[in-house]
Amino acid sequence: MKALCWEGVNKLAVERVPDPQILNDQDAILKVTLTTTCGSDLHLIGGYIPTMKSGDVIGHEFMGEIVEVGSGVRRRKVGDRVVVCSFIGCGRCWYCTHDLWSLCDNTNTNWELAQEIFGFETGGVYGYSHAMGGFKGSHSEYIRIPFADYGTFPIPDGVSDKDALYASDAAPTGWMGAHLGGVKSGDIVAVWGAGGVGQMAARSAQILGAERVIVIDWLPERLAMVERYIDAETIDFSKIDVDAELRERTGGRGPDVCIEAVGMEAVSVPDGQYAYDKVKQQLRLQQERPIAVREAIYSCRKGGSVFILGVFGGLADKFPLGPMMNKGLSVAGAQQHGHRYIPMLLKRIANGEMSARHLATHEMSLDEGPKGYDIFKNKKDGCVRVVFRPHG
Amino acid sequence: MKRIVGGLGLLAAGMGVVRWLSSRPSEITRDRTPRNRWIMVTINCAPQRLASRADLPEPITRLGDAVDIKICPAPGDRGTELGARLRDFPRTRISGITTRNMDDDPRRMVEEALRHAKSLIETGEVLRPDWPPSTHPTPAGKLLELAGRRGGRL
Ligand SMILES: NC(=O)c1ccc[n+]([C@@H]2O[C@H](COP(=O)([O-])OP(=O)(O)OC[C@H]3O[C@@H](n4cnc5c(N)ncnc54)[C@H](O)[C@@H]3O)[C@@H](O)[C@H]2O)c1
Ligand SMILES: [Zn+2]
Ligand SMILES: [Zn+2]
Repeated sequence: MKALCWEGVNKLAVERVPDPQILNDQDAILKVTLTTTCGSDLHLIGGYIPTMKSGDVIGHEFMGEIVEVGSGVRRRKVGDRVVVCSFIGCGRCWYCTHDLWSLCDNTNTNWELAQEIFGFETGGVYGYSHAMGGFKGSHSEYIRIPFADYGTFPIPDGVSDKDALYASDAAPTGWMGAHLGGVKSGDIVAVWGAGGVGQMAARSAQILGAERVIVIDWLPERLAMVERYIDAETIDFSKIDVDAELRERTGGRGPDVCIEAVGMEAVSVPDGQYAYDKVKQQLRLQQERPIAVREAIYSCRKGGSVFILGVFGGLADKFPLGPMMNKGLSVAGAQQHGHRYIPMLLKRIANGEMSARHLATHEMSLDEGPKGYDIFKNKKDGCVRVVFRPHG
Repeated sequence: MKRIVGGLGLLAAGMGVVRWLSSRPSEITRDRTPRNRWIMVTINCAPQRLASRADLPEPITRLGDAVDIKICPAPGDRGTELGARLRDFPRTRISGITTRNMDDDPRRMVEEALRHAKSLIETGEVLRPDWPPSTHPTPAGKLLELAGRRGGRL
C-alpha cells in the first residue's frame, strides 16, 4: 500500500510499504479516510525527535472505517466509522484505569529504548519514533489499531468525517491543557501558540468557564482565525511585549492559567537568547528551544498554573526554576490522555459547542504529502493543518 | 548563668560538627559492584489473583528454578507487586545499552518475562511490535537513532 515516510531530516517520500496485518487478537485494521498534519510531526521532520528510522510511516491524527477485526475485539465491527486516539491505551493497566492513557504500561513495545531516554516509558503512539513504540503512522491507506475496543471511537451520525477528525489529537490535547491546567470559572487564561492545539485549548478554556482567554502567536492569519472562530483575544508577540501586555490586561496580576502549545521549535523576536537557543539546538547541544515555556512561567500570576502541551524531547537549557519555585506555581505537562475526553468531545462537536473543521485549511491526496508538509511546516498560504485523503 | 552554659553547649556542639566534617571522606563514592536486585513490576490486579505460584502466567513459570519469586500487595489501589530474582547471579557487569548484547542478558530476560506476565494478566495479550517493518537502513537514520539514545540523559 501507499504511505508517507520519513526519510531523514526534512525529507519525506511517498512509498510502497507492506500492508498492515492483525498481529494480536484485539487488533483491528482501519481503512484511513482522513489523516492530518500535526505540529508534533514537524519536530520529527526537523530531526529533533530521537529514534526515527528511514522508512518510518508518519501521521497520528486520523479517522476511518474498520475493515477487519481480530477475534478478541468485542465492541467494534467491520464497517464502523471511527476516530482513533493518537496514543495507544490498553484500557486495563493502572494508568489507563486512572485516565492517564498516554502513560499506558502495556503499549510501548520499545520500552527499553524509551526508558533509556525518559526513565520510564510512555504508552505507544502511531507514527512517532521508535522510542514511542515504533508503530506505523496513519498517513497510509490502511493502519493496524492495537486494543481497538479502547482506541477507536464511533462517530455519531450527523457528525461529518472532517468534523470528527480533530477529536483524534488536537481537540483532546487542547481540552486536557485547560482541564488539567485547572481552568475554572472567572479565570483569565493565556495560551501560547495559535496552531490547532492552541486553538482547541483556548476553546476548551472558554467552555470550562474562563472569563477571558488570550492567545499569543505571530502569524496574522492564525491570530485572525482565533478571533473569528474561537472569539478569544490575541497578542502578536512579534510586535508587542507579551509580559507587559498580559500584566496590563490582567489588572497587574498575570494570567491564572498559562497553557503552552508551542513546543521545542518556538521562535521569538531576534534577541541574544533566541540566537543562543537556536545555535545550541542546531549543534544538538540541547534538544529544546523552550521559549514559550520560559515566558509562561515568568508571566503567570503568583500561585498560578502552567500546563505544557508542546512536545519536548530531552533536556532544556535555562529553565526558570527560581520563578517557578518562588512564585509557588503548579507546572505540569502531558502527552494527551485522549481516551478520557474523546467521547465527551464528540458529543460537544455533535451539538455544535466545539468546532475544529476550520483548522483544515488544505486538503490533498496522499501523493502530495511532501508538498503538504512543506506548506504546513513553512506556514505558507495560511496553512494550519493539511488533510490527506489516502483513498482520493 | 544559664545563658553562658547554653553558649558553651552550642560551642561544644559546633566543635563536634567541625570534627565530624573533617573526618568525612572528601567525596561521595558509590559502591558500583552490581547487586542481584529483585526485578519488580506492579500489576493492576488484586493480590488474590496471584495467590499461588500456579496462578502465574507462562512467561514466569517458564523461568522455572532460575528465579525466586516474590508477590505482595502494592499500597493503596495500586494492585500487586510481582518480583523475580535470579538464583544464580552472573558476576559480569551489566553495562550501558549500546554495548550490551541484550538477548544474552539474563536480567533482561527476567524483566521481559515479568512485563509479559503483567500484560497477559491485565489485558489477556502481549502486544506485538508492528510488523512487517517499512524501515530500511540509511546513515541518517542510524545517526539519529544513536543520538536519541542519550536524548534525555545528562
Ligand atoms: N501533548 C500532546 O499530546 C500533544 C498533541 C499534539 C500536539 N502537541 C504539541 O503541541 C504543539 C503545538 O502543536 P500544533 O499542531 O498546534 O503546532 P503548530 O506548529 O501548528 O503551531 C505552533 C504555533 O506556535 C507558534 N509559536 C512559535 N513560537 C511561539 C512563541 N514563542 N510564542 C507563541 N507562539 C509561538 C507558531 O507560530 C505556531 O502557530 C507542538 O509542540 C506539538 O508537538 C502535543
Ligand atoms: Zn499530534
Ligand atoms: Zn494501559
